[in-house]
Amino acid sequence: MSDAAHARHEAVIGLEIHVQLRTRTKLFCGDTVAFGGAPNTRVCPVCLGLPGALPVVNALAVELAVRTALGLGCTVHETSRFARKHYFYPDLPKGYQITQHDEPIATGGSLDIRRPGERRIRIRRVHLEEDAGRSLHDRFDGCTAVDLNRAGVPLVEIVTEPDLRSPAEARAFLDRLKQTLQYLDVSDCDMEKGSLRVDANISIRASGGASSGARTELKNLNSFSSVERALEWETARQARAVGKGGVVEPETLLWDADRGEARSMRSKESGSDYRYFPEPDVPPVSLSADLIASIAAALPEMPAAKESRLRASYGLPAGDASVLSADRHLADWFEAVAQQTGDGKASSNWVLTHVLGWLNQRGLSINEIPFTPARLAELIGLVLDGTISVTAGRSVFREMAESGKNARDIVAARGLAQVRDDEQIEVWVDTVVARYPDEVMRYRAGAAQVFGFLMGRLMKESAGTADPRRASELLRRRLDE
Amino acid sequence: MPVSAADVAAAAALARLQLEPGAAAGLARELESILAHVETLAAAHVDGIPPTASAADVPAALRADVPAPEGLQVPLEAMAPAWRDGFFTVPRLAAHRGDRSHE
Amino acid sequence: MSDALHRRSIAGIAGDVASGVQQATAVVRAALSDIVRCESGPDRLNAVISYDHDAAVADAAAMDRRAAAGDSALPLAGVPVAIKDNICTLGLPLTCGSRILAGYEPPYEATAVQRLRAAGAVVVGKTNLDEFAMGSSTEHSAFGPTLNPMDRGRVPGGSSGGSAAAVAAGWVPAALGSDTGGSVRQPAAFCGVVGLKPTYGRVSRYGLVAYASSLDHVGVFGRTVADAAAVLDVIAGHDPLDATSVRAEQPALSGAIRHAASRGQLPLQGIVAGVPDEYFPDWVEDGVRAACSTALDTLRELGATIRPVSLPSTRYALPSYCVLATAEASSNLARFDGVRYGVRTRDAATVDVLWELSRSAGLGAEVRRRIILGTHVLSAGYHDRYYVQAQRVRARIRHELDDVLASGIDVLFTPTTPAPAFAPGTHAGDAWGSFQSDVFTVAANLAGLPALSQPVGRSGGLPVGGQLIASRWREDVLVRVAAALETGLAA
Repeated sequence: MSDAAHARHEAVIGLEIHVQLRTRTKLFCGDTVAFGGAPNTRVCPVCLGLPGALPVVNALAVELAVRTALGLGCTVHETSRFARKHYFYPDLPKGYQITQHDEPIATGGSLDIRRPGERRIRIRRVHLEEDAGRSLHDRFDGCTAVDLNRAGVPLVEIVTEPDLRSPAEARAFLDRLKQTLQYLDVSDCDMEKGSLRVDANISIRASGGASSGARTELKNLNSFSSVERALEWETARQARAVGKGGVVEPETLLWDADRGEARSMRSKESGSDYRYFPEPDVPPVSLSADLIASIAAALPEMPAAKESRLRASYGLPAGDASVLSADRHLADWFEAVAQQTGDGKASSNWVLTHVLGWLNQRGLSINEIPFTPARLAELIGLVLDGTISVTAGRSVFREMAESGKNARDIVAARGLAQVRDDEQIEVWVDTVVARYPDEVMRYRAGAAQVFGFLMGRLMKESAGTADPRRASELLRRRLDE
Repeated sequence: MPVSAADVAAAAALARLQLEPGAAAGLARELESILAHVETLAAAHVDGIPPTASAADVPAALRADVPAPEGLQVPLEAMAPAWRDGFFTVPRLAAHRGDRSHE
Repeated sequence: MSDALHRRSIAGIAGDVASGVQQATAVVRAALSDIVRCESGPDRLNAVISYDHDAAVADAAAMDRRAAAGDSALPLAGVPVAIKDNICTLGLPLTCGSRILAGYEPPYEATAVQRLRAAGAVVVGKTNLDEFAMGSSTEHSAFGPTLNPMDRGRVPGGSSGGSAAAVAAGWVPAALGSDTGGSVRQPAAFCGVVGLKPTYGRVSRYGLVAYASSLDHVGVFGRTVADAAAVLDVIAGHDPLDATSVRAEQPALSGAIRHAASRGQLPLQGIVAGVPDEYFPDWVEDGVRAACSTALDTLRELGATIRPVSLPSTRYALPSYCVLATAEASSNLARFDGVRYGVRTRDAATVDVLWELSRSAGLGAEVRRRIILGTHVLSAGYHDRYYVQAQRVRARIRHELDDVLASGIDVLFTPTTPAPAFAPGTHAGDAWGSFQSDVFTVAANLAGLPALSQPVGRSGGLPVGGQLIASRWREDVLVRVAAALETGLAA
C-alpha cells in the first residue's frame, strides 16, 4: 500500500486484555495456581467439571478485581453477577465459561497515555472470569492433548472503548496498563506465562470521519510488539481493501508472529451464540460501599502521580522521574536512597546509571538487587563529602554489588579514602616534577595542555587517592613558581 | 410462535447433538406444542418485576484464598475415555481452530 | 423376624444400634436381603440399580465399631438408606439413569451422603431415575423402568421413582432423592410414602448432578414424617462447597414433631392452613379431591383453621418451569462431552464428530428433546421472549406465594398431583404431558419454598398424596403439621 492510502485512513482500535490475578488458588475451587508442572495435577471435581461439583468464589480474586477496577478509575458495582457463556471446546470442561456479562464488577474508567500525544483512553468495563485449560496440538501425533491445570485460574478482563487511533497508541496504552497493574500488585503481568493476554478489535475510517467498514478481531498476540505489528499489518490490509473499493469482512484473525501476518480463524458473523444466562450456582456478589472504600483507600500511588511527585519533591528532571516511576519498586528504591542522602539528583544519577546498568548487565530486576538502599546511600555520601573520588566511588560500587560488603569497609580496606593532607600531596608533586623534567619545561614554556598529563601522573602516583582538587592546586602552584 | 426444522437444527448444532435424518421436523412440532403453552406467559402481568435467576436472595458466600486441593478418590486415567502421558486426548483439532478460541 | 429389623422407625433402629441392643450389620443385611431377593427375581421392581453387598456390610460393621466405641453423634446409627443415582457416592457407579456415564465412578462424595454416613447411616444401594432426573415416571431410564410397588401396573412417578419405590417396598426406612419440579413429592404421592423437599439452600447440592441448578433440591423420602425429618436434620446445614447453601438457623425437626405431639390441647391449635382455589380445578380426579377433602377435615379436627386463599399466577408455574428447567439443563448437560469421563464414540475423526456422536448416542430421547428446547429458548432472538419472560413470571409466582404465607397463613394445603399413579406409556408421544404431572409441585421449586407430600388416602386403590407448603426456612412448621395430620388420618 502507499503512504498516501495510509494517511487517508485512521484506525479505530479497542483492546480486550485478560490479566491473571495473583491468587494462590483458582477462582472457584481450592486448587493451587502455578505455572508449569505435570499436566492435570492441579485439578479437582470443580475445575474438571465433574457431575455434581459446584463453584465457590475466591474472595481474594474479587478483591484484586476491585483493586484493578479502582486503579483504572472505574465505578465498582455493589452487586455484580456471574453468567455462563456457552461454547464447546476440549479444554473448556463444563461446556461453558463462568464469566460476567450484564452485571460486571466495574464499568466506566480510563487510563491516560502520553505517547504519541497525551490522550485519555476510556475503559468500558472490568470483569472477573475463569480461564480455560490448555490444548496442546503438537504434543502427540494426530491428537490434541488437554491439560486442565489452568482451568479455573482467575482472570480479569479489561475492555477499552474503541478510543485508540493507531498501533503506536495501542502499544503505549498497553505499556501504561501493565505499569498500572504492576503498581496495583494484582498480577505478575508475565506475557510469557500467559498472565497477560491481549486481543484487539480494529476498523478503519477516513481520518476524522465515520467508520468505513466492519471491524476485525486479532488474536494470538503474544507480546506488546506483536500487538503493534499486527495492528499495523491489519490497518494496512484494511486500507488496501477499501482503497481497491472492496469491503472489510468481520472476522477473527490469528496473528502469526514468525511470518508477520495474520490468517482468518473463522467468520465472526457466523460466530457462536453464547446463550448467556445468570450462573445459578453462584449467587450475586455483594460488595458493601465500605468495603469498596477501604480497598480504594489502600490503593498505592499511581504512576502519573508518582512521577509528578518525584519531580517536585526531589527536584528531578522529567526524564529521570519518568524512568524511575516506570517501575514502582525502582521508584521506592530510589526514594529510600534519596531520603538518606538528602540529594535527589545525585541519588537519581547513581540509581539510573550504576544500579540499573549493573542490574541490566546481569538480567536482574530491582527486586533481586543484593544490597539495600542504605548501602548505596552510604556510598553516595562518601562521594558527596569528598571522602572518596567519583572514580573510586564507581570501583567501590562494583565491589559492593559483587561482595555485599559495605562501602566504608571497602574504602578502608583498599585505602581509597582521598588524601587531602598537603604534606603528602607535596611529596607526590615532588616525585612527578622530578621524574618528568622535560614536560615541566614545556609547560613552563607555555604548553598549558601538558598540565593534564602531569596531573594524571600525580593521581596515578597516589593510586587515585589524592583529592584531585587540592592536588591540582598544589601541582599548578609548583609549576607556576 | 412457529418452530421450524431449521430452528431445531440450529439448536441441535449449538448443543452438539446429532439429529437423525428427517427428525428435525417432528421435533419442531413437539417443541411447538410445548411452546404453545409457554406462550401463555406473555399474558402474565410482570410489569416492573425484574427477572429473577434464583429461588433465594442471598449474596454469594465467598471462600478464602487458601489451597484446599480435594483429593480424587478415583485416578483421572481411570475415568478418562482417552488418556496419554497425563493428558486427556481428543482427535486433533482442525487447523483453522488450532489455537485457543476463548473469546 | 430378621425382616422386621429394617422396617422399624429410624428412631427405633438408631436407638437400638447406638446402644448396642442391635447390630447395624444385622439391620443392613436384612435390608440387602430384601433388595437382592426382589431385584434379582422375576418380579423385580428395578428400583435399585446398583449396590455392593459386601461393602455395605463392611460399612455397617464399621458403624457397629463406632457405636461400641461410644460415638454418641449417631442419630442414624445403622439406618440403611438408598440414594438416587444422580447423587455421588464413593464406591458405587454414578449413572444418572444414562448410558453416557457408563463405567463412571465418582472420585468424590456428595455432602449430603457424607453427612448421612457421619451420622451412622449405611448406603445400601443407588436407585433408578428418569435419565438426568428429567421425567415424572421413571420410565425414561437407560436401565429400564421402575415399577410401582403399590401396583406394578403403574409407574412409581419420577424422577426419583427408584427411591420412592425402595421406601414403599419397605427395603429402607428412608432414601435421598432430588426434586427439581416435584421429583420427590410426586413419586412419594404415587407410592404412598412421605416426600420432603426442603427450602432452597437448606441442603447442599454439592454432589447432586445438576438438572436445573436454580430449581434442584436434595430431598428425602421416609415411611413417616418423623423418618423423613430425622434424615433432613442430618443432611441440612451450610456447606462451604455450595455457594447457594445458606447459613440459616436450623430448628431440630425431630423436636418440632415431639413438641406437636406433647401438647395438651389440640395439636394444630393456632395453625392456619391456606387452601388455594387454583389447586382444585375441575380436572382434579374425584378420588384425589375426596382424599384431600378428608385431610382438610382432619386438619380442622386437629385444631387448624382452614382459610381459602388465591394464587392467581399458578397457571403460569408449569410453563415458566418448563422454560427455566430446560434452559438450565441445556447448560448443565454440556459437560457430558466424552472428553474427561463417560462414554465416547470410538470412531470419531474430529472433535465435533466426537461430541455429536457421543452425546447423541449417550443421551436418551427425552433428555435430547429437553436440551434442544432449552437451547432454543436461550438462543439469540428467543432469549427475551421465553427465558427472560419466564424469569419475570418466576419472580411474580415467588412474590405471590411469599405474600400469602406472610398474611397469617402457616401452610398451604394442595393435592400433590391431580391424579394418582398413571400406567406406563401414558404420556408417550405427548411432549407437554411429560411435564404435566408436576403441575402442582413446580411452584414450590420456583419459589424455593419447603414442601412435603404425604399419603392422605386412596383413589381406586392407589395412594393419594397431599402437599403442604410452608414459608422459607419453616420446615419445622411443615413437619409439625404433617406429623399431626399423619397421626390424625391414621386414627
